[in-house]
Amino acid sequence: MGAQLRVYRQKIRSAQTTKKITRAMELISASRIQKAQARMAASAPYARAVTRAVSAVATYSNVDHVLTTERENPRRAAVVVFTSDRGLAGGFSSQVIREANELRTRLEGEGREVVNYLVGRKAVQYYAFRRRAAAKEWMGGTDQPTFETAKDIADTLVEAFIAGGESEGVDEIHIVYNRFVSLVTQTPEIVRVLPLEVVDGVEEPGSTDVLPLYEFEPEVDDVLDALLPVYIESRIFNAMLQSAASEHAARQKAMKSATDNADKLIREYTRLANNARQAEITQQISEIVGGADALVSAK
Amino acid sequence: MAELSVSVVSADREVWSGAAKQIVARTTEGEIGILPGHEPILGILSAGEVRITPVSGAAITARAEDGFLSVENDTVTIVAGQAELVS
Repeated sequence: MGAQLRVYRQKIRSAQTTKKITRAMELISASRIQKAQARMAASAPYARAVTRAVSAVATYSNVDHVLTTERENPRRAAVVVFTSDRGLAGGFSSQVIREANELRTRLEGEGREVVNYLVGRKAVQYYAFRRRAAAKEWMGGTDQPTFETAKDIADTLVEAFIAGGESEGVDEIHIVYNRFVSLVTQTPEIVRVLPLEVVDGVEEPGSTDVLPLYEFEPEVDDVLDALLPVYIESRIFNAMLQSAASEHAARQKAMKSATDNADKLIREYTRLANNARQAEITQQISEIVGGADALVSAK
Repeated sequence: MAELSVSVVSADREVWSGAAKQIVARTTEGEIGILPGHEPILGILSAGEVRITPVSGAAITARAEDGFLSVENDTVTIVAGQAELVS
């Protein structure tokens, strides 16, 4: 067998193996999107209830709560970046990181120091490679986020926020995550969670719903004290769920195009291999004919 | 008689929903009982149990940690990061 032919066959085999892997990953992601979407849907009643309650309290009380007031000259801003643990998901992590970098430039332009909080191994690796400090990191489980992690993140953030920029805390908190728009579109989004812009919920209560005049138990301020951290938790958890669903969708898309590419490669190399084989045969025939001719004429 | 439409939601799912005759919960101020026609209220639950008496069937007890409870127009929502049915 000719050397050329052998090289082509090797390339075909290699593309076939890659295709098997990418195809499997595509199918796995496809099945996980369903689950991730179901989880997003399942957490909606909670988010709705929390948002509604917060708007209710905010509507009926002119509160100057520590979590809702804008600080005078904010100095430190937290940026929470939600990426994935694993790659092979197209631009999933890089588009969030790019967005975070833009946000960082903007905030620093406004004279704020940026404090990084990273979720997902990809973000951690990116920042570690560039020697940028991170205040806290969370790794593992980005594709199946748990509420405990969300709570942990929210607790850390709220604590830092209450401490304030004067004492190693932060004055505002931004989150950057991939919003799940549809199976084909996931857009990176920046949301400022704190100080709170109340009634900016994803789930706006319908315009027909007039919020009733609530009694509060205990006092309004205490209710708000208890509600706001819960609200932050729910926003963080929502961001994590969206990010997880987006990750699966992005991975499915990336793996689908990888599989298609492998198909194309296999087809091209098969053509080339056929060509090479045919050329080899033609050459052998002409050698035999030439040899026979030479023998005949030698007699 | 009017009924309460109740839903117990935790962060990741709806734990229970249905019609009920009465709800007893413990807020930070003390126990509160809710019957149909209750005024709108928003209360913070202290860690503890919420007892729901459904229209039909036996009483249900749910655990709701660090949650709150809202009542309006006979719609009761019990919200907690982690909530589960005990029995």
